[in-house]
Amino acid sequence: MPLSTQLEAGEEQYVLIASLDNARNLSNILKAIQFKDHATFLATSNGIKVTVEDSKCLQANAFIQAEIFQEFSIQEDSVMFRVNLAVLLDCLTIFGGSAVPGVTTALKMCYNGYGYPLTLFLEEGGVVTVCKIKTQEPEETLDFDFCSTNVINKVILQSDSLREAFSELDMTSEVLQITMSPDKPYFRLSTFGNSGSAHCDYPKDSDMMEVFQCTQTQTNRYKMSLLKPSTKALSLSCKVSIRTDNRGFLSLQYMVRNDDGQICFIEYFCCPDEEVGEQEQ
Amino acid sequence: MRFRAKMIDIGCFNHFTRVVNTISKLTKTCTLRLTTDKLYFILSDKVANGGVSMWCELSQGNFFDEFQLEGVSTEHNEIYMDLAAENLSRALKTAHNAKSLKIKLTNKHCPCITVAVELPSLSRVSRVVTHDIPVGVIPRKLWNDFKEPSVPDFDVSIYLPPLKTMKNVVERMKNLSNFLVLEANLNGEMNLKIETDLVSVTTHFKDLGNPSWGDNGSQDSTQDRDPETMMDVKVDIRKLLQFLAGQQVNPSKVICNIVNKRIVHFILLHEDVSLQYFIPAHE
Repeated sequence: MPLSTQLEAGEEQYVLIASLDNARNLSNILKAIQFKDHATFLATSNGIKVTVEDSKCLQANAFIQAEIFQEFSIQEDSVMFRVNLAVLLDCLTIFGGSAVPGVTTALKMCYNGYGYPLTLFLEEGGVVTVCKIKTQEPEETLDFDFCSTNVINKVILQSDSLREAFSELDMTSEVLQITMSPDKPYFRLSTFGNSGSAHCDYPKDSDMMEVFQCTQTQTNRYKMSLLKPSTKALSLSCKVSIRTDNRGFLSLQYMVRNDDGQICFIEYFCCPDEEVGEQEQ
Repeated sequence: MRFRAKMIDIGCFNHFTRVVNTISKLTKTCTLRLTTDKLYFILSDKVANGGVSMWCELSQGNFFDEFQLEGVSTEHNEIYMDLAAENLSRALKTAHNAKSLKIKLTNKHCPCITVAVELPSLSRVSRVVTHDIPVGVIPRKLWNDFKEPSVPDFDVSIYLPPLKTMKNVVERMKNLSNFLVLEANLNGEMNLKIETDLVSVTTHFKDLGNPSWGDNGSQDSTQDRDPETMMDVKVDIRKLLQFLAGQQVNPSKVICNIVNKRIVHFILLHEDVSLQYFIPAHE
């Protein structure tokens, strides 16, 4: 329904109120999962989870716990809505995109439930901006059914080294192949592009490798185009965990420190490329 | 017709360059009018500009050490010409550490403004960089198209908020909508508003101050009005952003005059340069 027919609400009726002294603590994280136009917000007493999906093969989730917010109140068990993420980000950064030292934008985000727009109050330097963003029917988000009990292989790396490896990946390759094994090559990223195949290996005792728990040799391929957006999350993060389960599904978890040093998480799930997926027992 | 002028002060080069850069960001081509006292950069409100018009006036004495003008006739001792401000801007780029800058009207295949920049060099002979900027001389009979605009019979006059803040907000709003409503009242309050099917955004500025215009006719009619009443104009965002983003001269105050639903008029005064910019309401 057009914005004008979405309802107006008074403050007492808000089902969700979330406030931040620094709106960048929300906008920076959202930018890292902005590879599609729309995002689904799910708020519970734990905080907010924002989900973006692509072609039923890729899902990115950003978790902002309730403790990150200066004020967080929710009147229902769970509140879910869908918004245009590009519009939301333009509103969150209405006073300008670049960070000026010492200057922050304060944010109060309010939602009154189904049929109401998402209302943002933003303030910087005494100037107030009010945004009302139309919300859409929330769509069911995919359940990748990824659980720790099915995890076969897991590594945790410092993001610096993975950033370097990702920036040097041959983008003419349609797939990124990930090999994880208790034996050599331990952890290997491979591409097969116009210049031929390229491999990047991480030994299990490397300084960059914080955790190495590989039980079986697995080689899986993932569409490069699906993984490319994850580099934004990688560039924000300090650590990344890479896990594969018995189906070859990939989970990438990024630990991100915000402007105030608080920790948030971003998680990407990706299905293996159907054409070639081997698991060697 | 003859025109030659010389500038030797570095502060003047820089100031003049900033003014020309501002003009070049506001419009591709404009009319340069030369009189014995002043230079004018003019954009008249033809449909091609989307009705936007501009009038910028500088006193030549504040910039040039030598200034000689022989206009089209003794009775009309002025010269009007079309030029691409960007060309002048580019020529002035080389002037930031110049020893002198000479500007003159020449005829090389076609009428040109020739800019000669004398640069410092190690040898006794200076290096001179010359730019020939083609211009179109405007005949006397068309001069009426470029008359100075009068200050409109405005409904509200208000000082703009800091241009940088306003520019940042309008830049973001441009991603969301093609049009913006600018409204203000006599209580020093201004709002910038956009509304589309997807989103509505309103930015509120307060305590901006309203300039007093003394015994101006418009002022009388506003005395009876409730100072809280907002007067507004709906404009094309890109035109507003072009004005805000182009400012290289940092004015202390910018005045904004609004004729309700018709036109918005900006006046910048900085030292000896005045710039006026008009944006009509979108139909």
